[in-house]
Amino acid sequence: MDKIGNYIIPAVIFIIIIFGFIKKVPVFDAFLSGAKQGLKATYMMAGALIGLITAVSMLKASGALDLITNSLMPVAQSLGFPAEILPMAIMRPISGSGSTALLNQILKDHGPDSTVGMMASVISGSSETTFYAIAVYYGSAGVKKIRHTIPAALLADFASAVMAVLSVKLFFGG
Amino acid sequence: MMNYIWGGIMLISIVCAVFTGRVEAVSQAALDGAKSAVDLLITMLGMMCLWTGLMNIAEQGGVTSMLAKILSPLLKRIFPEYAKDCKTMHAICSNVTANFLGLGNAATPLGLEAMRRMEENNPNKGVANNSMVMFVVLNTASIQLIPTFISVLRKSYGSASPLDILPCIWLSSIFGLFIGILTAKLLEGREKHG
Repeated sequence: MDKIGNYIIPAVIFIIIIFGFIKKVPVFDAFLSGAKQGLKATYMMAGALIGLITAVSMLKASGALDLITNSLMPVAQSLGFPAEILPMAIMRPISGSGSTALLNQILKDHGPDSTVGMMASVISGSSETTFYAIAVYYGSAGVKKIRHTIPAALLADFASAVMAVLSVKLFFGG
Repeated sequence: MMNYIWGGIMLISIVCAVFTGRVEAVSQAALDGAKSAVDLLITMLGMMCLWTGLMNIAEQGGVTSMLAKILSPLLKRIFPEYAKDCKTMHAICSNVTANFLGLGNAATPLGLEAMRRMEENNPNKGVANNSMVMFVVLNTASIQLIPTFISVLRKSYGSASPLDILPCIWLSSIFGLFIGILTAKLLEGREKHG
């Protein structure tokens, strides 16, 4: 797994540049305008992330986060989840920056390569901010009745969270 | 919603701190939290820009429309109501590919266009039809070739190889999407005339 991981980034860069040359893309100009978008995206999320990471740090320091985690322990155990990742998994469909702040705390407390850190990363990477997407897409089209969207979308989130925990256990042990 | 969540977290922390006698730790956390958020943003900024820059090269080379072509037969089966509507299908395909490549900035406007077109040809205005539900479910799942943000975040916390978890992410997101599509298909029949 380690070896493949090392090759992904150089391989992707190589393929993209070769592809760009073949398609006669002005590669550096295209890179610059893309990088500017990355700058803008990071700038856009800065405020929310500062606010929420601060809030989660306070929640952790006050002992409230551990209290919440402990009270979720029975639910977590019945699902086979580590209790630490449950608050983040619950936050994931509601708020992108909120769940990022919680993930950030998990990575800080347990390390990114711990089982808990990996599970939390997989959950975060394999789902979207469901309620935000629903609000934006239906809102812009002027659709009021959304029928079975929410049950289907939330069940999908739940399924991917379960698979996240299982696959980390399967591939990395723990 | 976020107003209550954010405000709630702050208030709970402070109340809890008073009861457990950790006011000092919380006040320190408020200052450190803000600082560590900025440190994180700065660490991530370079890697995010590198990636969005590279993806823009691929985008300008027409990789989105190439992938969209490959995906279109599959997507026509998922959206039978719009299979013959070229412009709508094109918007749907482009949205799905942009999401797949992690081009969030490009994906959202394409998705909104697809939704507008679907609503235009929707006989029952204001009520989501089966394809619209399916499309939103597709957009609430996250099928991404390389989940950049997570990789960058893991890297900034010193992960030895942040891309190790890629197979897990692919597996989980595909499984989630599969369950989402299945649920949508199962539920749509029952509410067909609703």
